[in-house]
Amino acid sequence: MTSPLLDIRDLSVTRGGKPVLRIDALTITRGDVLAVVGPNGAGKSSLLLTLARLLHPEHGKLIFHGNPPQSESDLAYRRRIALVLQDPLLFDRSVYENVASGLRFRGLGKDEIRLRVEKWLDRLGIASLAHRRATELSGGEAQRVNLARALVLEPELLLLDEPFSALDPPTHKRLLDDLSILLTETQITTVFVTHDLDEALFLGDGVAVILEGELRQKGTPESVFTAPTDLDVAAFVGIETVLPGRVVAVENGQVTVGVGEEKIEAVGGAKLDQRVYICLRPEDVTLWEPAALPTSSARNLLRGQIQQILPHGALVRVMMACPFTLVALVTRASIQSMSLAVGAEVAATFKASAVHLIPRGD
Amino acid sequence: MIFDAEVLQITLLSLKISALATSISLLIGLPLGTLLALGKFPGRSFFLSIVNTGMGLPPVVVGLMVAMLLWRSGPLGDLKLIYTPVAIIIAQTIISAPVVTGLTAAALQSLDPRFRLQLYGLGASRLQMITSLWREARLPLLAALMAGFGSVISEVGASMMVGGNIRFQTRVLTTAIVLETGKGHFDLAIALGLLLLLITFLVNWALTWIQQRGARR
Repeated sequence: MTSPLLDIRDLSVTRGGKPVLRIDALTITRGDVLAVVGPNGAGKSSLLLTLARLLHPEHGKLIFHGNPPQSESDLAYRRRIALVLQDPLLFDRSVYENVASGLRFRGLGKDEIRLRVEKWLDRLGIASLAHRRATELSGGEAQRVNLARALVLEPELLLLDEPFSALDPPTHKRLLDDLSILLTETQITTVFVTHDLDEALFLGDGVAVILEGELRQKGTPESVFTAPTDLDVAAFVGIETVLPGRVVAVENGQVTVGVGEEKIEAVGGAKLDQRVYICLRPEDVTLWEPAALPTSSARNLLRGQIQQILPHGALVRVMMACPFTLVALVTRASIQSMSLAVGAEVAATFKASAVHLIPRGD
Repeated sequence: MIFDAEVLQITLLSLKISALATSISLLIGLPLGTLLALGKFPGRSFFLSIVNTGMGLPPVVVGLMVAMLLWRSGPLGDLKLIYTPVAIIIAQTIISAPVVTGLTAAALQSLDPRFRLQLYGLGASRLQMITSLWREARLPLLAALMAGFGSVISEVGASMMVGGNIRFQTRVLTTAIVLETGKGHFDLAIALGLLLLLITFLVNWALTWIQQRGARR
């Protein structure tokens, strides 16, 4: 059964007199990986430093294992956790000495240190580097040493602050894969701070979104990415189509929203005449040549003209005017096979279940 | 001057006095420099600028201050330290302690400040954090030690003023060179000068060897 390892209550953190973080309630479940996402400067690192008791909150509580913070010293608490910062910050010693450092701080015996260091060097695939000088390693190797230095402590709580942000894509992917396997095997409770949504989706059992120093939403990756609670979260998690509308019909859980002249079908709880925003992820939109429209289960069909085509990594973003702007993410192959070009007529379909509604206050 | 015996005695006394003064400076400068580099307290940058000014203290001014303190009629006259090796050690410590302190602070401040967070995040106590930073900054810290030793083995003003250049008691290499030059014994003065250079080189060579061994590790 899952139980909370850390409970955050009514937390408020200031740095240099400025409020940088505010969290009313956040629970970190034992064995879970919580991905904390947000743009740079949102307060993610402040959260991590607070969780490491390296920043002391203005007010609020961090309840660890059900115990209030006063029950143990900062040092005793820190020896139950491990922190990995964005840059490896390795000591100018051998890889072995780096990985052994935290164990030496804890006063462990030489034999136990050797056993544990060798085990974790091996698990991270860096046993052959044991006697190399840590400051002479490549970025990927250094980050593996950085992870080994924390994992060797077998902490109850592992805090990771964007550890892969400076790595090249292949190294980044390999390390992420390996970390995912290690975290699954060891079941170490982890808080993983990142601004990379793909990393958060890949690693997180839960996702917390921090914007402008405030925890805006926490839930499963699926719920945060498809059902954001407000427009800021929607924009951050990559929802590009956001349209103001009004509910014109509600029937058997099916909601019809009027957006200008168009009607869009959605699933969910909304009241008749309620003012809402329609949110639609670009990858949920399928584009068709108007002549080749198949019979589809998608409830929504819109026709329009292509406004803009922009590269988006391996994919392509297509902006379509219908008359509002609808954004779709498609493969390059689709663009070629459908001969899509700016100004071309195009049809877009999407399922009612892909449409998320956010109540509109104005 | 009986070259072998007396020169040897002068050389050993010079080494002993300067080594002791540098060691005491290290005992003062390492913790003080660490406090100035890592501590957070009001007036920290003011104290740092005092130390940095102290790095350029003219030895004759230090000699004057120490002489006034230790003079028989001075506030510490009862200790009867004027014209003793202890007086020279006191003066040389005052000269080299700011050098060691200032360079220690600079060495620690040149480290990435997030090192401290990382060390705490790995479970280091405050003392373990500090010793780890010293270890990390070992190369510039050894340079601080070399600079501290260099500032005292070569100074003459303070040693002359508080030691008195008394034969077999407080005569060190630099004061002996001044004396022999004054007497027109240039050959002896040159020999003593070369000896001083050789000693300075040997001590720094040993420290550099330790430093570079650390750099390769």
